[in-house]
Amino acid sequence: MAKRIEAVGVTAYYGEFKAIEDITITIEPRSVTALIGPSGCGKSTFLRAVNRMHEVLPGARVEGRLSLDGQDIYERGVDVTAVRRSIGMVFQRPNPFPTMSIYDNVVAGLKLNGVRKKAVLDDACERALTSANLWDEVRNRLSKPGAGLSGGQQQRLCIARTIAVEPQVVLMDEPCSALDPISTGAIEDLIFELKNEFTIIIVTHNMQQAARVSDRTAFFSISQTGDPGRLIEHDVTSKIFTNPREKRTEDYITGRFG
Amino acid sequence: MTTLSSPFAGSLRRRRLPKWSPWAIAAGSLGVSFLAVYAGGLLGGGPVLTIVVAALAYMVGLNIAARVVEGKRAARNRVASSLIYSAFTLALLPLLSVVWTLVSKGVDRLDGDFFTHSMNGITAFDANGGIYHAIIGTVQQVAIATLITVPLGIAAAIYIVEYGRGKLAAAIRFFIDVMTGIPSIVAGLFILAFWVFVVTPVFNDGRAGYSGFAAALALSVLMLPTITRSCEEMLRLVPDALREGSYALGVPKWKTVMRIVLPTALPGIVTGVMLAVARAAGETAPVLLVAGGSNSINFNPFSDNQQSLSIYIWDQAGAASQYAPARAWAAALTLVGLVLTLTIVAKLLARRSKLR
Repeated sequence: MAKRIEAVGVTAYYGEFKAIEDITITIEPRSVTALIGPSGCGKSTFLRAVNRMHEVLPGARVEGRLSLDGQDIYERGVDVTAVRRSIGMVFQRPNPFPTMSIYDNVVAGLKLNGVRKKAVLDDACERALTSANLWDEVRNRLSKPGAGLSGGQQQRLCIARTIAVEPQVVLMDEPCSALDPISTGAIEDLIFELKNEFTIIIVTHNMQQAARVSDRTAFFSISQTGDPGRLIEHDVTSKIFTNPREKRTEDYITGRFG
Repeated sequence: MTTLSSPFAGSLRRRRLPKWSPWAIAAGSLGVSFLAVYAGGLLGGGPVLTIVVAALAYMVGLNIAARVVEGKRAARNRVASSLIYSAFTLALLPLLSVVWTLVSKGVDRLDGDFFTHSMNGITAFDANGGIYHAIIGTVQQVAIATLITVPLGIAAAIYIVEYGRGKLAAAIRFFIDVMTGIPSIVAGLFILAFWVFVVTPVFNDGRAGYSGFAAALALSVLMLPTITRSCEEMLRLVPDALREGSYALGVPKWKTVMRIVLPTALPGIVTGVMLAVARAAGETAPVLLVAGGSNSINFNPFSDNQQSLSIYIWDQAGAASQYAPARAWAAALTLVGLVLTLTIVAKLLARRSKLR
């Protein structure tokens, strides 16, 4: 199920502003890759370019080559909805659909893409909620609104919603930054389990989190405000955190950010 | 650490006026005002003047009492609060007055006869006669206008918010703003010149024809910009996070709009539609111009004159008959009741579709 992502020379713009430049990185299947770096260095922009969410904003465009198991996702004739179904995304703030019940939130991706059979939906709902470690908490109130859950539960609901469409890759944009430490722990455990099935890329500002959950870490940075963000170093997490090649990586990791 | 020399340093407790003091001051100022107006003969007297003077005296009295006991800031707070309550009461007065006048004057003729009969054959000397024909007209015209404008208005709003980019969308927005300001009589004249005198004759052996449908068209011209604008505002309130959440599941844009954005904005859209419907139901001039008004029942909105409640009220209010005013008031009460009922039903429907 999990697939490899290859980015070659990816550059992304917001109108005239160049947000990231020349990012080249390969992300292996069934692994967790953490993207770290200071604010505004383009981690989220790169993440959004990977499932073609970047182009949703007016004036935003992407250059370079991004491929999923060899298939260029920006090629002409590629269906953007199919790309997003293969590459799911979890956002910084939990965003359950407010008009839908917990059940409908989880199966929204299937239902809105034409799956009608109740048995299929029921099965997908239970599996997704179980994988998201939420099933036991909500099994008796599936018809209640999703917005009524706590913040951490809502985020796990959004993860369940994402994995219910059975993507190959799951992107997470600071999924724990709005959550308390206990909910964060629950989601980190979940990421660890999801790794067996999916390719995961996670943007985080929390370096302990990157060290805890990821196999490989990519450090992004900008030389000064207004310059595009670049990939400085990408390596095995333990190496990045103990013996980085680049001075800038070491400065950032140790807190001497300059 | 040295002691703080802040001007706010010290105890957090402040002296407060006792709970009963505002009431005591209110009673006192009412008494003083009553004496000044009636015994002192201030400005010719009257109950309204008494209340105005009492309100002013209350604010001055409360200000002084609060200033002495609680301090300057608390006094200002109390005066500001009472000003806000007074403004609220003032705003509510005309509304209550309208409702009271309508109910007290309109209830006389609210009988079964009034709702089941038209004005066909009713002379100036007959006390009976009713609004059956006018209710039919209003309901048909407003229903047709709503059927035309709701899909168009929502579609236009979706275009502006979700799809429109650049100059075209900006131009459309601008013209919708201009259309919002069109006087209703102009909308009526437009339909009169266009539909009644140009289009209708083609289907009517060359004769111009008034009709309820023409009235519905005139009302549509008035409702469309209102519905589009309110719907646009509601769609803009839907957070982008929900749209992105849906896109990220591989849901196409049009389906995201239909299944995520519109349901989220639905309660607000219903409110906007009901405001437009209420306004249309009360329009008189354009309906009179193109539907012509009638004293008899006409179930067919596509041919011949049709009555509406607003024309009926206008007609009866000016009619030379001692029984006409009562009919006008009862019809006005009916119109308000109709709009109120529609609004309540629409709100309940919108709430039912939401989750509990």
